[in-house]
Amino acid sequence: MTLTRKPLSRRSILRSGAAGGLVLATPTIFTSRAWSAGYLNEPMGDTVTLGFNVPQTGAYADEGADELRAYQLAVKHLNGEGDGGMLNTFSSKALGGNGVNGKKVAFVTGDTQTKSDAARASAKRMIEKDGAVMITGGSSSGVAIAVQSLCQEAGVIFMAGLTHSNDTTGKDRRANGFRHFFNTEMSGAALAPVLKNAYGEGRKVYHLTADYTWGWSQEGSIQKYTEPFGWETVAAVRTPVGAGDYSQYITPILNSGADTLVLNHYGKDMVNSLSQAVQFGLRDKEVNGKPFVIVVPLFSRLMAQGAGDAIKGIFGSTNWHWSLQDAGSQAFVKSFGQEYGFPPSQAAHTCYVQALLYADAAQRAGTFMPSAVGAALEGFEFDGLGNGPTLYRAADHQCFKDVLVVKGKENPSSQFDLLEVVEITPRAQVEYPADMLGGELGSYNNGV
Amino acid sequence: MSTTPTSSRDLLMFAVFAVAVLTMPFWLAPIGAGYPDLLQKFAIYGLFATGFNLLFGLTGYLSFGHAAFLGVGSYTAVWSFKLLGMNPVPAVILAVVTSGVFAMAIGFVSLRRSGIYFSILTLAFAQMSYNLAYSVLTPITNGETGLRVLRTDPRLFDAASQGDAPLVSTLFGVEMNGYPGFYFCAVLLIIGFFIAQRIFRSPFGTMLRAVKSNQNRMNYTGLNPRPYTLAAFVISGMYAGLAGALLCITDPLAGAERMQWTASGEVVLMTILGGMGTLLGPILGAGLIKYFENIFSAFNDQTLHSIFGFLPDFLETPVVAITGLFVGEGWHLTLGVLFMLIVIFLPGGIMEGFSRIGRVFRRSSGAKGSHQTAPAE
Repeated sequence: MTLTRKPLSRRSILRSGAAGGLVLATPTIFTSRAWSAGYLNEPMGDTVTLGFNVPQTGAYADEGADELRAYQLAVKHLNGEGDGGMLNTFSSKALGGNGVNGKKVAFVTGDTQTKSDAARASAKRMIEKDGAVMITGGSSSGVAIAVQSLCQEAGVIFMAGLTHSNDTTGKDRRANGFRHFFNTEMSGAALAPVLKNAYGEGRKVYHLTADYTWGWSQEGSIQKYTEPFGWETVAAVRTPVGAGDYSQYITPILNSGADTLVLNHYGKDMVNSLSQAVQFGLRDKEVNGKPFVIVVPLFSRLMAQGAGDAIKGIFGSTNWHWSLQDAGSQAFVKSFGQEYGFPPSQAAHTCYVQALLYADAAQRAGTFMPSAVGAALEGFEFDGLGNGPTLYRAADHQCFKDVLVVKGKENPSSQFDLLEVVEITPRAQVEYPADMLGGELGSYNNGV
Repeated sequence: MSTTPTSSRDLLMFAVFAVAVLTMPFWLAPIGAGYPDLLQKFAIYGLFATGFNLLFGLTGYLSFGHAAFLGVGSYTAVWSFKLLGMNPVPAVILAVVTSGVFAMAIGFVSLRRSGIYFSILTLAFAQMSYNLAYSVLTPITNGETGLRVLRTDPRLFDAASQGDAPLVSTLFGVEMNGYPGFYFCAVLLIIGFFIAQRIFRSPFGTMLRAVKSNQNRMNYTGLNPRPYTLAAFVISGMYAGLAGALLCITDPLAGAERMQWTASGEVVLMTILGGMGTLLGPILGAGLIKYFENIFSAFNDQTLHSIFGFLPDFLETPVVAITGLFVGEGWHLTLGVLFMLIVIFLPGGIMEGFSRIGRVFRRSSGAKGSHQTAPAE
């Protein structure tokens, strides 16, 4: 074998040059194709496809599974199957249980894996391959923000599922994105007065924070609303999402002089960190002459179930709870219970409501065009969906409604009856000006 | 070995490959993979695996940290968007250069050892990079949330398109998502394939194979293998950086999870599944894994019911229940089974399967030929 070889000959250069030219010319065939539809993925047949993008694996998988159940229930109700659930109590009567705009609702699902990359790939598949006209879901703010900006670029509506960070409708807000769930700002405003009454002024606080947009946002909001009455932050430690073992983060708390621990964690992370904090005996301690307390700003029944006895007496806030007695909540709990045999979580509730709100807006607009659906949602006042009178604010596409402050029940009557509602903070108390969080909506993108 | 027939066969293979890549939207559509995002992923991960194979397939050095270069390429590309503008060309060039430099540094240290020690060293470096990106270097990488292009970024050369234009990469007015984005990746894949082919056939490639077959013997003949292995490592890192840049060009977002060890493991799987040391194998392996990840993971019970709808009800329910374990969130299981089967029965990967089939045909026609895509020994 020879180790030296001639470099490229003139002929081969010419040949590859010609091939390269052909290669470069090919894409123009595709860019020139004309769009016949007025907007991206306009449903032409007798069905309209919605994309449900939820975490099926990872730290938020429990929430994701419940979200998917809720979406399937919503599709049933929209198509006139089942008992209709909250459609019967919804203040807007545009939907008649015969689909949306005369089209039957179909859906596709995807796994976000609680990773931005995977979530965007999955959303893109739904938009490009399955022709979804709306994407909804998500159980992590990082993912929600990533998917929301994707939907803005692609030109479909994004109805955020469970995402609690301020940034989703704050500095990362987008015209095509809408959120029904509350945010950390509202959590802070609702939770702080209750904490003050229960635990008093002048505490030393240690934060354990999930290291991404939601955790940062949650930590900031709690600090903002508790500092005025003398709660001082000793340390704020960032922990990776899905850490599993929190002992290395909990041991330092014992020697920090803090008498309050705020766990800015969610999903399995919160279950693990709270259980371990209780196992380490934090709640039995007395520091600075005060009993040591733990606060979990964002609570959910699924997490309470996972954490077991550890949640007893712990304060937190929640978007919705199945024990609420209004007609909407009861109708939803009833039809969800009949379908699956257990009550829905707040994640399920917000996703169900988002699906209904989208369908209703599309029905009222008479089209699925993102700009028209968006206009129908903007400034929309509604009731009967479980949270009392609610407003979809036009300026930032955020819903405003009452916030629940809850506490882990000391004597649960069943495996689902784990949280008691301590206070329903009225909407007026948690409202804030739209420009407070910065960000710009931009204009609607219809994808054409 | 005569060079003339080899080079003409190479040329033919290259031409067939180029045509096959460019027509992917047509022939992949029937199996549900003919949509831009997945096609882009095929091209990008094909490139990543091709580069990885230059190191692993030729020198036998198993790097467990290649995702680090993918991540470095991604972050560089997004920073290039943020600072310079949304044109993909500077992003590609900068990403390749940065990941090359990064690979030089890691390779310089790691290549002092070989075998399992080399693998562990690269794994350690990649995990370090991941943790740096995840928490320590948050100002540069934006941690878990991922680095995105914002409207407030300077974007020096984009003065004209400021304002309300969507924040996607644009090459001379063509937006790099959808089919144009795929063709951009496809052209780079074809160029990358061409370079890989040249390296395979070059004296340099022969040297790398010599490293793999017996490094001691190579030392005794007076040749120092380290410059060769380092060069291979850097080239392969540059391929990974290019792939990372392309991920951001088609979708301007860089997240730390791209650097996680699972991502490094994935490219090893791709290469072994397709056939290490072959030119086409890693690309096929990458395509197969990405297909599973995107199509199989999206099957839910409804889809299965519609597929098995022809069966009678008493059969349909158990069949759906059993297959349901292997699709949707269980796609990893299917992939695992497939991987086991291939490693046990076709140690040379898919390419060995092809060459076995090819041999059967050739034997029946009575001609004996030397197939050049056999796995390196």
